[in-house]
Amino acid sequence: MRQLFTLIFLLVVAVLPAHADLRVFATVPEWGALVREIGGDKVQVYVATSALQDPHRIEARPSLLAQARQANLVVAAGAELEVGWLPLVLRDSGNAAIQPGQPGNFSAATYVSRLEVPSVLDRANGDVHAAGNPHIHLDPRNVLKVGEALTARLAELDPAQAAAYRNGFKTFSGKWQAAIVRWEKEAAPLRGVPVLVHHSSFVYLANWLGIKEVGTLEPKPGIEPTSNHLMALLSRQQTQPARMVLRTAYQQDGPSQWIAGKTGIPAVMLPYTVGGTPEAKDLFGLFDDTVQRLLKGLR
Amino acid sequence: MQKSLVIAALLTASCAAQAVGNDADLVAIRAQIDDMKKNYEQRIAALEEKLVQAEARTAQAQPVVVETAPPQASAGANSFNPEVSLILQGKLRQMKDVPSRGITGFFPAGVEGANKRGFSADETELVLAANVDPYWRGQAIVAMADGQANIEEAWFQSLAIGHGIGLKAGRFRSGIGYLNEQHPHARDFADAPLMYQAMFGDSYSQDGVQLKWLAPTPLFVEFGGELGRGANFPGTDRNRNGAGGSALYVHVGDDLGFSNSWRVGLSWLKTRASDRTADFTDLGGATVQGAFTGDSTTWLADFVWKWAPNGNPKYQNLKFQSEYFSREEKGLLTVTDESAYRTRQSGWYAQGVYQFTPEWRAGLRYEQLDSGKRDFGANAAGLVVDSYRPKKASAMVDYSWSEFSRLRLQYAQDKSMAGITDNQWTLQYIMSLGAHGAHKF
Repeated sequence: MRQLFTLIFLLVVAVLPAHADLRVFATVPEWGALVREIGGDKVQVYVATSALQDPHRIEARPSLLAQARQANLVVAAGAELEVGWLPLVLRDSGNAAIQPGQPGNFSAATYVSRLEVPSVLDRANGDVHAAGNPHIHLDPRNVLKVGEALTARLAELDPAQAAAYRNGFKTFSGKWQAAIVRWEKEAAPLRGVPVLVHHSSFVYLANWLGIKEVGTLEPKPGIEPTSNHLMALLSRQQTQPARMVLRTAYQQDGPSQWIAGKTGIPAVMLPYTVGGTPEAKDLFGLFDDTVQRLLKGLR
Repeated sequence: MQKSLVIAALLTASCAAQAVGNDADLVAIRAQIDDMKKNYEQRIAALEEKLVQAEARTAQAQPVVVETAPPQASAGANSFNPEVSLILQGKLRQMKDVPSRGITGFFPAGVEGANKRGFSADETELVLAANVDPYWRGQAIVAMADGQANIEEAWFQSLAIGHGIGLKAGRFRSGIGYLNEQHPHARDFADAPLMYQAMFGDSYSQDGVQLKWLAPTPLFVEFGGELGRGANFPGTDRNRNGAGGSALYVHVGDDLGFSNSWRVGLSWLKTRASDRTADFTDLGGATVQGAFTGDSTTWLADFVWKWAPNGNPKYQNLKFQSEYFSREEKGLLTVTDESAYRTRQSGWYAQGVYQFTPEWRAGLRYEQLDSGKRDFGANAAGLVVDSYRPKKASAMVDYSWSEFSRLRLQYAQDKSMAGITDNQWTLQYIMSLGAHGAHKF
């Protein structure tokens, strides 16, 4: 028995100092990518989901618990996006540092103004989020705001590397602002273009580029498209024609292909997050590719 | 403000003009006034622009403020109300009328409502949960049925210990096995597997303390230990100090690529029973009561494997689970006389559930028990000692309108009682109202 305890003790001691870097558990790829931009080689980033996974519907898998156990910081999208799994992962991780209210718990949505905040909370309206639409990262100006707050948080948790984080953010911020100007210029033809979307995943993107969202394929948030609802959208196409139908990499293509086939408008798959398409390798690639795909859909 | 300034300027200017009374001067003064007007208009425009910018800035800054003090938080004393959810479950069941339903060859654990046929509202579960403070979280689950409200769970859990340690105390579902911690509404079939019915009646929970430790390794390795009252079957409530039931378990799990994840577990449960009564049949066919006093040791092995394309379970996923148990009971059985009693019994189930669209799932379950070795000592001379292998096969299909509502149709061929083949049909609904609960893996 004593040998067993000694073994466990040695194991713990052996594991602890091996990871002097700040360990970050990012729930979604976009914020994992942002932490990498700011933290560079000073951070070890684990990304809990991929671009091909619906972040609403993730299971509290054993692997997530094991990673959360060792994290110094959890970076989540917040606004209830991860409500179905993250609270459980946090509570069962046995990690005090990452609990809500601790510096090791960061919610991106806290730092931006959110759209679609419901005035009435009723599930008759589908799976609505009380804190508003959580897909905030598709407005690059939000990425900047989150980045600023994240830099401060990283510096707070790892004061020894604070300067490195600030430098990392400064470099990123400079490049990012220049890129925003470029994207806005490139995306100018998209202003006022009416589109249909599968789920309201692109509210912030539409708000930024002036794209007009005229309908969602889901009858209510979180409810899969029904044939009745698609028929209604089809008949609305006569009076309020949309120019393309957008979906994310993780959503089924069936419904948007159906609309595309019936109306002749293109069905455009957007990467939605880092890794959603081969081109969306990082945050810059994500927006480059998103703008290019939208412009291609317009042609 | 700006306008009155302009007017004042104009007035001053016109006074000056009268005083001079010269045409050439008048022209010059008019030009001056025009200049002033332009100047003021520009300044007004600049000020207005500044105002718009300031407004935009406050609008942008607002949500951050809102976040630190959300609108609901100022609503009053009820803003700290716990998360509330209510689970409605009801059934329509068609099966044979077997008054004293049990499992042949097994000490009856007393499955509640096992013979309830026709329509029933079953149990309504009320779940209340909230963080107590930065250190603790609490949860209570009350299962309500006609004339009764059972405290299914009432516990608090640590949030701030760290080092991978999780402490829970109160009444809780034991962490043994896989299915044990799941509430009926989270299960994939309308009833608990025979194995759980034989082992615990439905599932094992106790009043006590649970300590878990998650190893700091990339592989999920969790150790757990529990000490408790052990009042539920296979133990009994005993009037004594100290613990009546104890459990130990280890869980290991990981992902295989993006699409697969798994967990295996091994658990041990020890309980003590004192005068645990049940009906037996004597050689004349009459029902006699026997009481067991002794130790019960249960071993459980569990395995779960989940698959979803790219790890996205929304559209398609497959879940396979299987559990095995072996139980040894040692002690004394009193019928009319006291004599030695010793059994070693086992059983298993395996089930697979496939979700083929976001709404539809279908599943199969097969289960088998073995009444095993039953040594009744001297009592064997007067009692019927069955040796039987209960079997059951079930198939189910369910439809979910959303994450919060589900309707299930289940067919089962139940051969858990010797000589009876019971074809059971169950139509079940599960509706979840309120807070968005998260389910365990």
